[in-house]
Amino acid sequence: MGEADSENTDGIVLSAEQKRRQRTRSIAIALALGALVLLFYIVTVVKVGPGILTRPL
Amino acid sequence: MAVISEGATLQSSSRPQAIEPSLAEVSDFIALMKPRVMSLVVFTGFVGLMVAPGTLHPVLAGAALLCIAVGAGAAGALNMWYDADIDAVMGRTRQRPIPAGRMQPGEALAFGLTLAFGAVAVLGLVAGWLPAALLAFTIFFYAVIYTMWLKRWTAQNIVIGGAAGAFPPVIGWAAVTNDVGLAPILLFLIVFFWTPPHFWALSLRRADEYRRAGIPMLPVVAGATETKRQILAHALLLAPVGVSPYLLGYAGLMYGLVAAVGGVIIVALALRLKWAAADLAAHVAAKRLFSFSILYLFCLFAALLVDHWLGRPLSLSLG
Repeated sequence: MGEADSENTDGIVLSAEQKRRQRTRSIAIALALGALVLLFYIVTVVKVGPGILTRPL
Repeated sequence: MAVISEGATLQSSSRPQAIEPSLAEVSDFIALMKPRVMSLVVFTGFVGLMVAPGTLHPVLAGAALLCIAVGAGAAGALNMWYDADIDAVMGRTRQRPIPAGRMQPGEALAFGLTLAFGAVAVLGLVAGWLPAALLAFTIFFYAVIYTMWLKRWTAQNIVIGGAAGAFPPVIGWAAVTNDVGLAPILLFLIVFFWTPPHFWALSLRRADEYRRAGIPMLPVVAGATETKRQILAHALLLAPVGVSPYLLGYAGLMYGLVAAVGGVIIVALALRLKWAAADLAAHVAAKRLFSFSILYLFCLFAALLVDHWLGRPLSLSLG
């Protein structure tokens, strides 16, 4: 493993700054996805209405 | 034509060729969505939603407005992806994410397409497929018809392309009614005729930059005198169109007064710009017209909203 890692020098190696920005972007994507899940949930409840629990399967 | 071929050269030479790790911040993706333009879109879309006859659950209305905003952001991102070569040579846009080198063009393209498809699909599910189709057409019109075709081809780019910015109130209206009648078409026409004097007032002051970027804006192709004449012509069209919702019985007296006074001021500012002989005076007059045009549009739509809340909704007169 160690030998394989040391040989893998041709790939893209991110700098510390690139890693930091990548992490920030990942967090933003996670938050956006979470917000979408919440939005879809609320919109579904509103659109289906009070009968949401009595719908036939 | 030489102007256009110069633009084409710029496009092919300034796009980065190699793919490198992204340096984009979250703020760069927000900038890609043109938040200032988006604020106007959201406001006019909101007014369209509010003054339309019928009701939409507040949650669905909020979701529809979010979709309109995201759709506008998608159009902005696609515009910045395609126009990166132009942005790189203009002072106003040089610091945008792609020309500044913080973002790869492919990132902007993927971001714009994802937002566009997402916004249209969600709007269709939330409010219906007519507003979704209108939103899809608006994004297509701005990103393809305006950005890729009209902007680099004709001096009337802003006149025809202005339609893209005029659709949000119609989309807002259609989200409630799933229909498009005369009233939302009047709202469309107000923004449509507002765009040329607004944007030409800006481009008059940036003519050198547009010339350098190879964009055939009216001041570059036809000169300042012709641009001022066309600004006045469009202001003279805009003023009565602005009052038309009142004249046709779709809005109350308060709106009518705001639109009439605003229309007189915008025509007066266009006249002052036309008569301004010296460069400095014309520069100041163009700046005043540009600033007032923003206030004018805001006041018109705000007046419609207040009119609606005061109990004179457009729906009453649609009968």
